[in-house]
Amino acid sequence: MSEYAEKIRGIAKKLLDDGTVDMVIGFRKGTIPLINEPCFVKDGAKVDALIWDSSCGVNLANYLPKRKEKIGVVAKGCDSRNIVTHIVENQITREQLYIIGVPCTGMIDRRKIRLAVGKEILSVSEADGKVTVSGDGYEEVLDKQEMLQDNCAICAHRNPVISDEMVADPVPEQTEVDRYQDVKAVEAMDAEARWNHFEQLLDGCIRCYACRNACPLCYCPTCFVDESQPQWVGKSIDKTDTRTFHFLRAFHCAGRCTDCGACERACPVGIPVRQFTKKLEKDCKELYDWEAGMSLDVRPPLDTYRAEDPDEFIK
Amino acid sequence: MRVIKIDKKDWESGVGKLFGDYSLFGPVKQGAFHNFAPLEKGQMPDLDYVNTRLSPKSVVYPQCETMFEYTLDETQPDHHVNKEIAKDYSPRAVLGIRPCDVKAIDLVNINFDNPQYQDPWWVQRRDALTTVALGCNNPCATCFCTTAGTGPFDDSCADVLLADMGDHYLAKVRTEKGEALVGKAGWSQDAAGEAGAMDDLAKQAESKISSKIETGKLASKVTTELYDADFWEDVAFSCINCGTCTYLCPTCWCFDIQDEVQGKDGCRMRNWDTCMSGLFTLHGTGHNPRPNKTARVRQRFMHKLKYYVDKYGDGIGCVGCGRCVQQCPVNIDIRRVCELMNRFEPGKECA
Amino acid sequence: MQNPYLPIPVRIDKATIETEDRNLKTFKFVYVNPEDEEKFQYKAGQFGELSVTGKGEIPIGIASSPTEKGYVMFTVNRVGLVSTALHNMREGDIMGIRGPLGNWYPWERMEGKNIVIIGGGFAFTTLRSSIVMLLDPANRSKFGDIHVVYGARSPGMLLYRDELAQWEARDDINMHITVDGTDDPDWKYNVGFVPTITEQKAPKGDDDTFAIVCGPPIMIKFTQPVLEKLGYKHDHIIMSLENRMKCGIGMCGRCNIGKEFVCKDGPVFTLEELNTIPKEY
Repeated sequence: MSEYAEKIRGIAKKLLDDGTVDMVIGFRKGTIPLINEPCFVKDGAKVDALIWDSSCGVNLANYLPKRKEKIGVVAKGCDSRNIVTHIVENQITREQLYIIGVPCTGMIDRRKIRLAVGKEILSVSEADGKVTVSGDGYEEVLDKQEMLQDNCAICAHRNPVISDEMVADPVPEQTEVDRYQDVKAVEAMDAEARWNHFEQLLDGCIRCYACRNACPLCYCPTCFVDESQPQWVGKSIDKTDTRTFHFLRAFHCAGRCTDCGACERACPVGIPVRQFTKKLEKDCKELYDWEAGMSLDVRPPLDTYRAEDPDEFIK
Repeated sequence: MRVIKIDKKDWESGVGKLFGDYSLFGPVKQGAFHNFAPLEKGQMPDLDYVNTRLSPKSVVYPQCETMFEYTLDETQPDHHVNKEIAKDYSPRAVLGIRPCDVKAIDLVNINFDNPQYQDPWWVQRRDALTTVALGCNNPCATCFCTTAGTGPFDDSCADVLLADMGDHYLAKVRTEKGEALVGKAGWSQDAAGEAGAMDDLAKQAESKISSKIETGKLASKVTTELYDADFWEDVAFSCINCGTCTYLCPTCWCFDIQDEVQGKDGCRMRNWDTCMSGLFTLHGTGHNPRPNKTARVRQRFMHKLKYYVDKYGDGIGCVGCGRCVQQCPVNIDIRRVCELMNRFEPGKECA
Repeated sequence: MQNPYLPIPVRIDKATIETEDRNLKTFKFVYVNPEDEEKFQYKAGQFGELSVTGKGEIPIGIASSPTEKGYVMFTVNRVGLVSTALHNMREGDIMGIRGPLGNWYPWERMEGKNIVIIGGGFAFTTLRSSIVMLLDPANRSKFGDIHVVYGARSPGMLLYRDELAQWEARDDINMHITVDGTDDPDWKYNVGFVPTITEQKAPKGDDDTFAIVCGPPIMIKFTQPVLEKLGYKHDHIIMSLENRMKCGIGMCGRCNIGKEFVCKDGPVFTLEELNTIPKEY
C-alpha cells in the first residue's frame, strides 16, 4: 500500500511540475482512523500529503463534474467506471483528465470493523491482507477480505478500466463471486415480505441526502426532491416521501450505477442503500448485458434504442 | 445541590416508578447503534454506550413537527386559517443523556427563547423536560468537550448528574425538577460523603480527553478577514454538501417551514434544515448569496466558531461531542477547521 | 403563550396590477378580526410574512404607511411558489399575515435631518411607505428636505404611478423619477440609470443628510460610489437587505449573515454595519 502512495506522489509531482495538470485529486490521511479525506494538490512541492490505503473508499469521480481545470485524478476500478460515465454524460472531457489508475483489492468498511472490534479504535495498519487495529490496551488482527465493504467483496472490476498511468500491475479480478445474491433473496420474497423488507430498510432515514450527494451520478443541478414548482416530494421524514426519494433516485441511476458503494458508505444511519440500485443493475445486466462505465464508445442502454431490446415487461 | 447514592439494584425499580409521572426517553440500541428514543413502559435505558449516533435534540426539538393545521374547504368556517393544535407537554425525562448534550440544549435555548421572541413548542417542551445526565467515565478519542465549554462530568446544566461508580450510581441533584424526579423514583440515600469520589472520577475522565481545540483567538479575528481566508477552498473541497453534520449535531437548530396538503386538509410544519443545502439560501429570483459548497461549508464553521462567539459572547456554538467528526462521510473535521480559524492571520497562508 | 408563528387572518380587499409586465401586484388586506389591527402596529421599513395557506409564507416589505389606517398593503413580485399562488388569488380570499417583523429605517435618528430616498425597480415598496409617512401632516415638519430618486426600466415598470404624479406636484418633496429608457414622446421626467440621476440631483452628503437606498444589487453597487463622492458617510447610508427567510423572527437561521439575522437584526442596516459582515446578500 505504501508503495502505491509513493508512486501516486511521484506521478502527481511530475504532472504538477511539468504543467500537465493544474491539480491532482487524491486522498490525504484522515484525522480519525478508517477514513481518509479527498483532497486536491496544486503544488508539486506538496504532494507528500497524498496517501493510499484501504480507507480511500470515497469515489473521487464525484469531484469532477463541471470542473474547468486539467485534473490528475487517482482512480480505483469503480472510480474509473464513474469517470467513464461522466465523460459519456458530458460532465467532463477526457482531455481534461490524467487518470492515475490504482488496482484495488477492496476498501475496508469502517463500521464493520468497529462492530467486529467493539472497542474504540485508535490506530490501524495493514499488510499482507491483514488489518491490524489497536486501541487502549488491545491489538487485534483482522482478515481484510472479511472486513471489506459489501460492494467491494463482490466487485468484478477492481482494476481501472481507463487510465493514463497505472501505479502498479493489475490485481487478479474476482471471478467466483455471485454479484446478486442479495437481490435474488429479495426477488424470492412475496409482495408483502418485500414491502416489509424495504420498509425496514428505510427505517431511520433522516433525509440528509448523504447517499445522493456522495453518488457521482447525482450531479443534477436541481434534484427532483428540491423542486418547488411543482413540488414532487414532501420534505419531512414521512414514510411515503422518504420511499419516493429512495426509489426514484435508484431509478435515476439505472444503467449508470457502478455499485461503487458511495451511497452506503456515506449513510450516517446505516441504510443499505445499494439494495435499491442493485436490482436495477442486475436488470441491466440481464436485459441488455450492460455494465455501466466500461467503455467510452458505447451509449448506455437507457439512452439508445435497439429493435431487439427486450420488452416483455411492458404490459 | 445534594449528592445521593443509587444502588444499581434500585436503579431499575426507580426508573420503573417514573413511568407513571413522566414520558421517558433514553438511549436504546437500534441496529448497531444507540439513539435516544421513547422508552416503552418497563423498558430500561441502555446505559452501556459512549455516544449516540444522533444527538438527543429531537427529545425537545423533533426533526419534523406540525405547527398548525387548516382546512382549504370553503364550506367550512375558518377555512384557510392556520389553527394551533394541542400537543403533549406533560412531564418528560431523558435518562442517561451525556452532559455535553445537556449543555447543547442550553445552548440552543439561547436561540429559541430570547427576550424578543419565544418559540412556543421549544419552550414548552424544554420546560416539561427533566434531564438525568450520565457522566462519561470513558470519553471517545473524538470528544473535545473540555475545550468546548463543557466536559464529561459538566454539572452546570443537567437536573441530575449521575456517575457510574461500578455497583452504584452517585447522583448530584441540582434543581427542583431533579429533586422531584429522584423523589418519585424513591432514590434518597444521602451520600454527601462520597461527593469527593465523584469529583475524582470526573477529574479522571477529564484527564482522559486527549482531543483539544483552541478557541481563544476566535473572538478577536475580523469577521470579513476570516471569511476571506485562503483555507476555505481546501477545507470545503471534499464536502459533498449532505446534511449529516447538521442533522447529527446537538447544537444545529436551523429549520425549514413547509405547507403540506392532502385533499382539503393541510398543515404547516417545520423540519430540520441544513445550511449545507443550496436551497437554504436560494432566492425566489434564482439568486443565491451562498452559491457554492465552499460558501456553505464556511457558513457552518463560521456560524459555530465565529458568528456565535461574537453574537452571544458565551464561547463557541459547539459542545465537542464529536459526532460530526465521526460521521462525516468525507472526514471534514471541525477540530482541524477550528485550528485553522484560531491561528489565522491575514496575509499568512495557513492551509 | 403568544405564538409568533401564527398568522393573523386577513381578507384580500383589493388586488391591483402595478406594472406592464403584470408581474407586480399590490394587495390591500383588511383584518378578518378588526381587533388584530392593534397587533400590527408597524413603522416604515418593516416587513411581514404573507401566509398563503397550503403554499407557505414569503417575507415582503410593508408598502402601506403606518399613517394609513384600517388596512395593510404589500406589493408582490411573482417569482416563486407562494408569490405565484398569491397572484392567482382573488379579492375576498382569506390568507394570513405575520408581523410586523424586523427593524425599520432609523426615523428616530433621522428626525430633523434631510432625507434622500433612492429606489430602483420593485424595491420601492417600503420606500413608498416611508414617503407617505413623511408627507403626513403630522410628520412632515419633523424632517428637513426630502429628495426621492426612483427609477425603473421603463415608464410602465414604475410602481404607484398615480402617487408619483401627486408627489411630483407637491412642493414639500423633490421627486426625481427616471427610467432606463423610453420611446414615449410624452415622458416628461428623467432618462438614465439611478446612480447617474443620483449624482446629478441628490444633495451633497453631510452630517444632516441621510440616504436610504433600496434596489437591485447592480443599482446598489453603482450607487454606493456616487454617494461616497457626494460626501455621504457610511453611517449615513441606510440600506435594506432581502434574504431568503422562513420564520421572520431570527429562529430558523437561514437569513444569517455574520452575526446578524437579517429578519430580526435587520433588514435595515447602515452601510457602515454592512461593511463588517460578509456580502452574502
